[in-house]
Amino acid sequence: MENNNKLLQLRGVSKSFGGKQVLAPTDLEIRHGEFITLLGPSGCGKTTLLRLIGGFEQPDSGSILLDGIDIAGLPPNERPVNTVFQSYALVPHMNVFDNVAYGLRAERRPREEIAARVREALAVVQLQELAARRPDQLSGGQQQRVAIARAVVKRPRLLLLDEPLSALDYKLRKQMQYELKRIQRELGITFLFVTHDQEEALSMSDRVVVMREGSIEQTGTPRDVYENPRSLFVARFVGEINVFDVEVAEVRDSDHISVRMAGRVVGLQVRGRRYDRGTRLHMLLRPEDLRLLPPDADRGIPGQVIERNYKGMTLDSVVRLDTGQEVRASEFFDEDDPDFDYRRGEPVRVSWVPGWEKLLPHED
Amino acid sequence: MKTRTPFKTAVLTVTWGWMIIFVLLPNLLVFSSSFLQRDELEFVRLPVTLENYTRLLDPLYGGVMLHSLWMAAVTTVVCLLLGYPFAFAVSRFPARLKPLLIFLVIVPFWTNSLVRTYAMKLLLSTNGIVNDLLITIGLIDEPLRMLYTEGAVIAGLVYILLPFMILPLYAVFEQLRRDLLEASYDLGAGRWETFVRVVLPLTLPGVIAGCLLVMLPAMGMFFTADVLGGAKNLLVGNIIKNQFLDARDWPFGAAASLMLTIVMALLLLAYYRSVKLIRRRGNDVALA
Ligand SMILES: Nc1ncnc2c1ncn2[C@@H]1O[C@H](COP(=O)(O)OP(=O)(O)OP(=O)(O)O)[C@@H](O)[C@H]1O
Ligand SMILES: [Mg+2]
Repeated sequence: MENNNKLLQLRGVSKSFGGKQVLAPTDLEIRHGEFITLLGPSGCGKTTLLRLIGGFEQPDSGSILLDGIDIAGLPPNERPVNTVFQSYALVPHMNVFDNVAYGLRAERRPREEIAARVREALAVVQLQELAARRPDQLSGGQQQRVAIARAVVKRPRLLLLDEPLSALDYKLRKQMQYELKRIQRELGITFLFVTHDQEEALSMSDRVVVMREGSIEQTGTPRDVYENPRSLFVARFVGEINVFDVEVAEVRDSDHISVRMAGRVVGLQVRGRRYDRGTRLHMLLRPEDLRLLPPDADRGIPGQVIERNYKGMTLDSVVRLDTGQEVRASEFFDEDDPDFDYRRGEPVRVSWVPGWEKLLPHED
Repeated sequence: MKTRTPFKTAVLTVTWGWMIIFVLLPNLLVFSSSFLQRDELEFVRLPVTLENYTRLLDPLYGGVMLHSLWMAAVTTVVCLLLGYPFAFAVSRFPARLKPLLIFLVIVPFWTNSLVRTYAMKLLLSTNGIVNDLLITIGLIDEPLRMLYTEGAVIAGLVYILLPFMILPLYAVFEQLRRDLLEASYDLGAGRWETFVRVVLPLTLPGVIAGCLLVMLPAMGMFFTADVLGGAKNLLVGNIIKNQFLDARDWPFGAAASLMLTIVMALLLLAYYRSVKLIRRRGNDVALA
């Protein structure tokens, strides 16, 4: 039952700086125990949204409810919310231990409790050995982990993380992603996580919020956002995508239409969605939806392989279609398939698994 | 880096030449004359003696030294109390206004400080502007005696030296990262706690630098004490000036001047020690 409760609700929250709107009136609901990720390009307002929730900026309009209570008027130190800052913001004259203990000392916790909890938090981020170092004696990644420990040790209701893993190398990043998920599960803290790494967003989150130029473009589960993007922007931002411009050529019945694409007519299933003849659409296909067929196949769009990259699990190709458009295909590697190994320059036909295409209204 | 370009040589020669002619030689002169004796015609003469230093031990001069330190200390505290909030406030102004405000702090440097001290005298005198104003608004019936008091001297010292407090403080406040304050609030600390645990330790180097820049000159600014304090020997600077210009006792003036230099050197030493200590004990400061 608790899972249905909303921890945080933003209602019509907006923010401008010097007359320039940075956040359009925005609604957002975050449930208890959720791992929710803000995903968007640089400058789209992710940090601003976090700062409004953390209490460092006042919204121009709207309300911010935590457990149903409006916290918009509360200063940051009275909100049960903690932040992992994009700049780490470690106190330079304090060592790692004192930085992590900072928030507990502000709560006037007993000395033994502070020592125990700080040690525990440092263990989680694997920095026990460095407790006596000062921040300027740490690497960027280590500083980032101190910042995480310092916020987590407070056991907030809601933890705001502003690109907390951006300074880590690939391996440590994977490890910390796992650790963050574990911390989140074990402590039952709700995470609002910011990243512009779509892979990180998809693999870690319960829900993803895709932002664009100060407003929310789409909210949904990672799968939802990946498979059913609501706009070209989301489709392009979340993973790689091939976009074909098509036009409805014929509406056969409520489930079947045919479209004109790349000079040919292709039949599609539309499961009850209504389309009118002559409407222009975008047809979206992920690289992994595409299949490369031999040039003598009876279906597919003709083209020529111009790049071929072996990626371990998959084989990625770039194909230039006869229309001039370049598409990316990513196929699982299959050594036994004789048709599989196309060389650069070889003619192929590009097809896709029927029903995996996604249609969006044309955006000009 | 070992190669010497003519330019580099020239710069080094000029720098060293300047230092030797205008710093080292005069100091050597002061140093050596402090061990000589007074002479009516030549100012100094042999033989070498320690008499000037034993004279300094006279409680009269020790008293002036202490009093001088006291006046300088009061001036420093007043400057700090005025300068700290001011520097903080300026650092929080919009970036467009900051240069203007700092410019206003520096503008008085363009007028000779002696001239400004006389201006101060006009303000404070019995029928000066301050008294006129107070009488006009009915706060007092008779003019207050402000001139030739220690208060007037301190006011004058504060007026002249305040920029030296503000500038280093402004520098540290400008460097103070706002995200650190935000992190402190975020972690649950209130304003006061944030000030004590984050702002104060991080601005302490500026506080110490500002205090030194005010305190050291304050002890020697004889003209302020002369103009605003009357003919009382309020500062060490007055004694030194009197020995050189009025009593014509150069050796004793040199000895007093060296003593002042030594006291200042000790203060500077204390500064470097304390900065080091703060660095090392930063964590304990935070604990307190
Ligand atoms: N205090 C401020 N004053 C003026 N403009 C601001 C301020 N803070 C943010 N902005 C502007 O608001 C926009 C959004 O900034 P924000 O920091 O929220 O972006 P972001 O999504 O976090 O980007 P990034 O991924 O680069 O961190 C930017 O155009 C930025 O220049
Ligand atoms: Mg940001």
